[in-house]
Order: sequence, then structure tokens, then C-alpha cells
Amino acid sequence: MKETKEYNEYTAGETSVPGLRRRDFFKLLGGGLYVFFNVTDALNVLATESEQRRSLPTDYNAFLLIHEDGTVSCYTGKIEMGQGVITSLAQMLADELDVAYEKVKMVMGDTMLCPWDMGTFGSMSTRFFGPPLRAAAAEALAVLLDMAAEKLGISAEQLTVEDGVIISKQDKGKKIAYRELTSGKKIERYLDQKPEVKDYSEFRIMGKSFNHQDGRLKVTGEAKYTADIRVPGMLYARILRPPSHGAKLVSVDTSEAEKQDGVLVVKDRDLIAVLHENPEKAEESRDKIKAEYEFDEKDVNDQNLFDYLLKNAPEGQIINSQGDLDIGKRMVDTLVESEYYNSYVAHATMETHAALAHIEDEKITVWASTQTPFPAQETISRVTGFPLENVRIIPPFLGGGFGGKTAHSQAVEAARLAKITGKPVMVDWSREEEFFYDTFRPAAVVQISTGTDASGKINLWDYKEYYAGERGSDTIYDVPHQRTMAFGRGWRAPEVHPFATGAWRAPGNNTNTFARESQIDIMAAKAQTDPIEFRLKNLTDQRMIGVLKEVAEKAGWKPAASPSGRGFGVACGFDAGAHVAHIAEVEVDQATGRVQVKRVVCAQDMGFCINPEGATIQMEGCINMGLGYSLTEEVKFTGGKIETKDFSSYQLPRFSWIPKIETHILELNEPPQGGGEPAIICMGAVIANAIFDATGARLYHLPMTPDRVLDALKNKL
Amino acid sequence: MEDKIQFELNGKPVEIPMDEHQTLLWALRTYFNLTGTKYGCGQGDCGACTVILNGEAIRSCQVGMNEVSGAKVITIEGLASNGELHTLQKAFMEHDALQCGFCTPGMIMNAYGLLLKNPDLTKEEIIAGMEDNFCRCGAHNRIIDAVEAAAKEMKSVETR
Ligand code: FES
Ligand code: FES
Repeated sequence: MKETKEYNEYTAGETSVPGLRRRDFFKLLGGGLYVFFNVTDALNVLATESEQRRSLPTDYNAFLLIHEDGTVSCYTGKIEMGQGVITSLAQMLADELDVAYEKVKMVMGDTMLCPWDMGTFGSMSTRFFGPPLRAAAAEALAVLLDMAAEKLGISAEQLTVEDGVIISKQDKGKKIAYRELTSGKKIERYLDQKPEVKDYSEFRIMGKSFNHQDGRLKVTGEAKYTADIRVPGMLYARILRPPSHGAKLVSVDTSEAEKQDGVLVVKDRDLIAVLHENPEKAEESRDKIKAEYEFDEKDVNDQNLFDYLLKNAPEGQIINSQGDLDIGKRMVDTLVESEYYNSYVAHATMETHAALAHIEDEKITVWASTQTPFPAQETISRVTGFPLENVRIIPPFLGGGFGGKTAHSQAVEAARLAKITGKPVMVDWSREEEFFYDTFRPAAVVQISTGTDASGKINLWDYKEYYAGERGSDTIYDVPHQRTMAFGRGWRAPEVHPFATGAWRAPGNNTNTFARESQIDIMAAKAQTDPIEFRLKNLTDQRMIGVLKEVAEKAGWKPAASPSGRGFGVACGFDAGAHVAHIAEVEVDQATGRVQVKRVVCAQDMGFCINPEGATIQMEGCINMGLGYSLTEEVKFTGGKIETKDFSSYQLPRFSWIPKIETHILELNEPPQGGGEPAIICMGAVIANAIFDATGARLYHLPMTPDRVLDALKNKL
Repeated sequence: MEDKIQFELNGKPVEIPMDEHQTLLWALRTYFNLTGTKYGCGQGDCGACTVILNGEAIRSCQVGMNEVSGAKVITIEGLASNGELHTLQKAFMEHDALQCGFCTPGMIMNAYGLLLKNPDLTKEEIIAGMEDNFCRCGAHNRIIDAVEAAAKEMKSVETR
């Protein structure tokens, strides 16, 4: 089962303990109706993985509470980082429970109040958390109906609900509010059987557009991100950083720093920091530290990178194989062999990693910008020696995540410094630190050898990805003889890279979709066939066909073989359960190599869409963010030394680059799928294919910088 | 006696001990506890720290406190009046012109600065004027729409 694999990709290696003891939260949260549920059980996704099951909480990992005043809270370990789940989850809950959306409050990520969760990533909140959440709400409703039936002396079947009030179908005068049922009570329910959830036709709130729940806080500057939290007596830490990931500290002299007024200097093994109540003073003093290093650098830089990666490749694993490649080769008239590259890419969230640690009464509280509060809690407990129940992580609003905030070393630094000094300590990374310690999207190589017969049918597909990760490496086309091999464990393979790599929005898939969809385009051009027609001919997946046809129609696509000179490209793909297809129009300045993307049309099949407005925003965000890794974003480095230190050497998409965007979400009554990532995966290929259509020049290397475009123009046949 | 810097902050006279190394960004965030002004890069690149100084949108991470003496400063916290949101703020909400919201205060203040100078902004001028403010979440299209709508709205109020 595909989902099992995907889910486990994230859970492997994590250990866990539920955050809050049951007796404690009754005390904390007061009376009402509690329904506990387990995300993993309800989905049964881990049924085959007994070993990992052991490390997950056995009883529940979320609950909802109908308060005594009739409002509803959902306590979940998920976090909000701009992706909008705070809104869509609340919609699901409100709908199933028949209360107004405004009455629902999401309490997210606080390890003291919320049960354990592995983290927020992989577009999983809606897909994996949504169904049990809805089931829990349905269960709560059933309980309330039972209670009302008893109170009113009417059978539950004879009752109906309107905005939190249970009413007799026969006699509208007989009614009772949730509030009256739950007031003064502590009712505890566990969810082990799946109750009936609503049918699509019954949705009132799901499927409607809602604006960001947190909009007002964010336009007034009131929204608190981690670095905005203030605690009396807090100090800012500025930490001594090595010049390179291959550097080892051999000697350090902090005497000059110590002479500064009001500073506190900490030297604890690898952690050397200067603390001051004024962050700029702390920084000034930190810069007075003299340090010497020993270097042990890997002999790799952004120039020889791909040779290095291929030379050091581990043995490949076959992850998919059908038919026989040798037979396939014999059935082929046109063989296309290509190699695709992509460089390291940074997350570059506008908010850098930050954490504030505060110790009081033997307990440590850490506010942290993290996508993984519960794993952070465990790490901090282990490192600082505070027992787990005395470590509380609170993730305030996150200023972007995209996978970059699954790592939480800043929180560990703050916790260690707070423990050593006894003061509240803020660790808020500078932009340079952010680039240095980011877990980059891994540089990767994809080799593809494919072939078509005279009719344009693909018969051979031999696919090898190095370091990209498996996600998105599926062939998706109907090919009788195919094999996919993975070399290295994708973004989980630290051993070869000179610095950390990690999950980056739709991990693996951006690289794989770039390679696959470029390759398809090359074959279509060789067959002198319109690229959409070529794809349709080789696809059997009805949902992929659906999005392709939709995007073609909405864009007003006129079939033509590439290069047509128009600058139109197409690409499609699959991610987080959703199917997407893009059409882009570009203009290439052949003198400078600069590419301007003028228009992007995107069709997405994400099953039933809970919040169309929220999903549209995510698609737009994906498209705009995708311009960056496609056109400019590339980390420069020499060994473990990161040369990219700031936004002048790492170019993010800007206003003048932004294309006209048209998004289309297919209206389907199918289980909801992920929406935060899919629309980014096609961006590399759709732009590369459009450049080819405009100029006849083929780009194999992301990002497609002006220099690379000029090279491709020179080399075109 | 300790040297002080006096200036006007969001319409009120304030003072702060003189510290020649302090930037306006950190004075706002720490001493005045106005954390709506964000640190994004500290190098003048990203615009997250944008505030209005004497009627101009500037990057507070690049301004030393000695330059602020006697000046008028407006931050995102000073834009609404008596709980009534500024037209720009409302437009950002209505257009959902944000995701994580971290760039939002800087975006709004920069747009406010543009409109102070030229209330007749065309779309092209908005794009050019916002060019150096970064949004990693990719809310650009909506930000442009929001600023355009706010500009229109402000104009119609003025001429009414
Ligand atoms: S923080 Fe001032 S421009 Fe980035
Ligand atoms: S909304 Fe996240 S950076 Fe702009």
C-alpha cells in the first residue's frame, strides 16, 4: 500500500511518548465531552509494520473537546506554517459536528496540551489526520445525540442538529444545546470503531472557501512568531560558528569577548556562545572571539559536484520492475538517453530558525519555530536531562517551513544555554546561519534511457535516480518494459553530502518530475507529436488523463509539435495523492539567456477539496516558489564551506518574475488528498519544455540560469 | 547623565538610551517590544523589517539609531487607528495576500510608503516598487492585487 510506505518514510527511527497524561488534562482543560482518537489506528497504515507500531503511541494521538460553553477545540500535534491546515481542519470538524465554523478552535503543536504527533510535513494533515478527525467528530455527535435522546425522552433517530443544538424532528420546541449536555461533566470517549461520517452531499462547510483564520493577527503585526516571544530577563545568544562543515575547533580565546559589559560567555564543549540582553551587543562580543580550526574537507564543490556524486554512489536498489528491459530495447525505434541534474536548494524561509528556552520550577519551556515539536521535546529531554514530562515545546506561528523546520537544532541550543546559565535564552539564527545549517534539498542526478516504437508508443523505460529520493520516481506512463532504480536514500542520505540535506517541499518529486517530464518531451519532439497528445497516448491513469485534458482545455491549447516557437510547455505529475498538470508560457531572451515565465495554467485533482480558497493559494504559492528552483536557486559551496550566505548570492523569486497564474481544481467526490506540495513538482519540467518550445534548446540542469540557457542555445543541434 | 534619543513612534513621543551600535530594527523589537517589524536578513535585502521613517519606507535593519533622532517612525503596529484597520491591512485580509504572514508587515509598510509618495500607482509601478520585498510562500500575485485594490479604495475615499 503506497500510503503505508510514504507514512513510514517519516516515522522510521522516531520514538515517542504521549505528551500529556490523561488525568492532567482533565485538570487543565476542564469539563466537557472528550473524544480521543488515533490517527494511525484509524487508518491502519502501520498494520504491517509491527516494529514501528511499537514506537508510536498505542492509545490516541489527538482528541477533541466539546467545552462546557459549547465551543469545540481540537488538540493536535500538527502545526500551522502558512499552509492553512488551521482552517481546513477546523472546517472538517465543524461540518461533522454541526457547529458553526467560528466555534471551532484548533490547538496545535503544544506538547503539553496536545497528544504526540510525529510532525507536520508530507501534505499529510488533510489526508491522514482528516479522516480520523472527521470520524471523531461523528462519534462525538453520536454521543451527544444519545445523551439528548435520554434527556428529551425521544429516540436518537428522531433528532436532528442545527448549529450545536439538538432538536426533535417532530416538535421543534423540544431541543437541547450541546452546551447544556456537556456542562458540568467530564465525559470521556475513545474511538475504536469507525462511525459513519457525512457523505459529500451533506457537507455544509467542507468544500466552501474560507479566508485564513489568522489573517487579522498577521496584517496587524500581532501574530507572534518564536523570535517575538518575550520573557523577563531573557538573553540573546550569539553562537560561535565554524567556517565550514568540515572544520573542527582546535583552540579558542574568548578573553576579549568576556571584557564586554554585561555579557555572559558560555563554553560547553562544542557550544561557545556570548549572551547579552541586547542582541547586537551579543553579536559584537561574539565577533571578538578568536578561534582556530582544523579542516577535513570533502573534495567537492559546486563545479565537480555531479562527478563526485556519481563516483561515490552506493549500490542501486530496484524499486520497480516490469517486463524485461532487453525485450523492450528490441521493440524500440528511437532511443533517448539523458542525464539530468539538480543543484542543492535552500529552504530560505523568511523566518530563520528561532527558539526561546525558559526554565522555571525544574521545568523547561521552549518556544520553537519547528515542524516537529514532539521529536524536539524528546531530543531536548535527552540532551538536557530534564524528564520528558518536564519539557514543553510550544510552536508559535511559523514563518514558513517547507520541510526546513523538521530539523530543530536551534531549540536544542537554546535549551542547553538556558540550562547552563539559568536564564531564559533566545537563539534566533542570522540569515547566514540559516544558509549554513539549512538541510538542503539534495543535489541529484537522474539517468534515463527510454525508447519509442514507430507509432510513438513508449516500450522501454530504464530510470536511475541518484540521491533525489524515491518520491515521484514512478513511471506514471504505461510502459511494458520498465525498471526504476534508486541509488542512495534520497534526502535521508547524509553520508555522501558535505553538509546536511533534508526534505524540501515535495521531497524527491521536483527532481524526478523534472527528469521524467523532460524526457517525455524529448521523445514527443523526436516523434514530431504534440506533447499533450504524446502523453495521452502513453497514459492509462484516468486521473492523470483528466488533469491533462483539463489543463489543455483551460489554457486553450492548440496542438503543435515542439519546438513550435511559441514558448509553450507542458508537464504532469503525481504527489501526495494528488494529480497535477501544468502548461507554461515563457519568453527567452536569446542574448542574455534570461527566461521570463509569462503564464502558468495548472489543473489539480486532489480528490474532494475541503477549502478551495486555501488550496488555490497553495497552488499559486507552489508555482511562484517553483520559479526559484527552476531558474536561479542554487547553493554554492567549496567542501563544507557554504559560499551562499545571503539573498544577494541566492536569488529568490521576485515580483517582476511572477507569471499570470490560472488554477483549476477538479471537482470530485473522492477522498481528499494533499494540496501543499503537488503543484510545485512540475515547475522545472514545464519551464524547461517551454524553453525548448521557444528556442529548440534543451536544458538538463536545474536551475536554468541565464548562463546555462546560453550554453544550451549554443549547443543546440 | 545618559544620552537619550528622542523621536516620534507611531504618533507618540518616545525616548531610548543612546547606543550608537543599535539599529532601529532591534530597538523596535527589543526596547519598544514592537515585534511586528521582522528580522529576515539584517542586510537590507528582504524588506521584512520595513517601516516608515519621515514619510519614506526604509529598511530598519540598515538604519542606526543616531539617524532616528527627531524623526517620525511608523511601524505596522501604528497603521491601524483606534482599532480600525488601515485600508491596506483590510485589502491584504480580503485578498488572502499572505500565507505564513512573516513577510506581511514589511509588505504592507512598503506598499504604504509607495502610496504616500504616489497615490496613483499603476500595477507596473506596484510591481517595481515591491520588487525588493521577498515572500517565500509565493503570495506575490495576491499582494499585487491587494495593493492595487487598496490604492483604488484610498483614492476614492480621498476624492469623495
Ligand atoms: S531584515 Fe532588513 S531587509 Fe531583511
Ligand atoms: S507569506 Fe510567508 S513569506 Fe510571505
